[in-house]
Amino acid sequence: MENIIEIKDLVYVYKSEENEKVTALKKISLSIRQGEFVVVIGHNGSGKSTMAKHINALLLPSGGKVYVSGLDTADEKNVWDIRQTAGMVFQNPDNQIVATVVEEDIAFGPENLGIPPKEIRIRVDEALRSVGMTEHRKKGPHLLSGGQKQRIAIAGIIAMRPKCIILDEPTAMLDPSGRREVMDTIQRLNREEGITIVHITHFMDEAVNADRVIVMENGNIVLEGKPREVFTQVDTLKKLGLDVPQVTELAHQLIKSGLNVPGDILTVDEMVIHLCQLL
Amino acid sequence: MSIVIEDLTHVYNPGSPFETVALDHINLEIGTGEFIGLIGHTGSGKSTLIQHFNGLLKPTSGKILMNGLDITGKDVKLREVRQKVGLVFQYPEHQLFEETVYKDVAFGPMNLGLSEEEIHRRVTEAMELVGLSFADVKDRSPFELSGGQRRRVAIAGVLAMKPEVLILDEPTAGLDPRGRDEILDQIKNLHKKYQMTIILVSHSMEDIARLVDRIIVMHQGKAALTGAPREVFKHVELLESIGLAVPQITYLMRKLKNLGQPVREDLLTIEEAKQEILNWLRRK
Repeated sequence: MENIIEIKDLVYVYKSEENEKVTALKKISLSIRQGEFVVVIGHNGSGKSTMAKHINALLLPSGGKVYVSGLDTADEKNVWDIRQTAGMVFQNPDNQIVATVVEEDIAFGPENLGIPPKEIRIRVDEALRSVGMTEHRKKGPHLLSGGQKQRIAIAGIIAMRPKCIILDEPTAMLDPSGRREVMDTIQRLNREEGITIVHITHFMDEAVNADRVIVMENGNIVLEGKPREVFTQVDTLKKLGLDVPQVTELAHQLIKSGLNVPGDILTVDEMVIHLCQLL
Repeated sequence: MSIVIEDLTHVYNPGSPFETVALDHINLEIGTGEFIGLIGHTGSGKSTLIQHFNGLLKPTSGKILMNGLDITGKDVKLREVRQKVGLVFQYPEHQLFEETVYKDVAFGPMNLGLSEEEIHRRVTEAMELVGLSFADVKDRSPFELSGGQRRRVAIAGVLAMKPEVLILDEPTAGLDPRGRDEILDQIKNLHKKYQMTIILVSHSMEDIARLVDRIIVMHQGKAALTGAPREVFKHVELLESIGLAVPQITYLMRKLKNLGQPVREDLLTIEEAKQEILNWLRRK
């Protein structure tokens, strides 16, 4: 399949408040296939968000290239096409909602694309259905829960018909049920509508179902692979200040105690199966 | 400092079409030196409740007794209450405003009219408590620091008031795992070393399970459940039905138990589960 995102030797340098040059990204290369579900982890300051912001041209490379659907992000005339292709959802739901009625908020993007009203209506209805918020369409966004607000933010992007959605810690401020709502929504969009997902998070359980996990540290990609490959590196991840799912760590500890279970257990069900096989 | 809540009710926008009962006849007791975990989904009343603890909100009805003193009374000096009950809001770093870290942490004590020496002592101590190097950071602008460091500056500002009760509203939201562990370790330390009464609001069941003496579960403005973590996390169905969860380890043990395996299901941490699983398999 074609690569929707192509990052080649990306370098990003900015000036700190003390006028010192800081290199936030150090020659990163990454290709993401159309329809892939990629989770990016790494501690604060590792370069995750800086990389994500390059994908929809919020930041431009100091060196190297970023292509979205073959379009060079550094070329100014591509910016609108790129943002329509790759939409971004941020951490704080309250900072992303602009209108006083849910459906008007979702219409904001398509309106700015100059899409005819009839078509906007169709897209808004579709987007609402897609995130399961149709019944709330006439409500004021301030009456919604955090999880619902994030789903509205996602719907606003879906209404632009993007091929890719980049989510920068969308669940950081949510309670457990809000997190589940948002994760269910993006997993469904990926599976059923084939939308490419780049999901940045600190919650390792959200990475378990990804196609690929990318670990960033100090402006570099330090680890990359299927969740099973990445999370078995328990000691490396801990050294980087990251978590692994609780059951994966438990498996790791049981192995150290001499138990014969695989080190790549990611879910409760897998752990149960392997423990029962020992009986 | 003990906190007793008697029949506390809070209604927002009473008598208007937007009338909302946020707290509904709550009765609670929190003992001196207790470490409480307050959980509940968004809108369950957690934030409304904690804002009553230092007089930011007045009850519609009911009482709040701090060491026996009703702080909802007319003659109570809220200034004194707020000195004893420190409240760290969500994203407290958004409230930093001074030019230097020192000035920001000193702001509260300064307003108490303390001497320069006492202020200096308190700022030094508070920064040490949150693990910030006084020498390295005191003259820097809070805005040059990392997110985790900024948050610690904000917490130090509250600690410099020497509160007897410390309330933290999701102090780890948005932090990475390392930043989260650092802050939680410091909170644990405050509780252990200074017997401070601590109320921790969190969405992380794993953190709550690991840290607190007692959990209070809020739902629809009521205290739906209270007890030691081991007790509370037994109520998996109830917690799930109100938008909460239990630690992943608890789910695991429960599943084994439901398959008829002779294991305890009320386990909360990786260490506990490891021991239990090893013992169970050795018995075989």
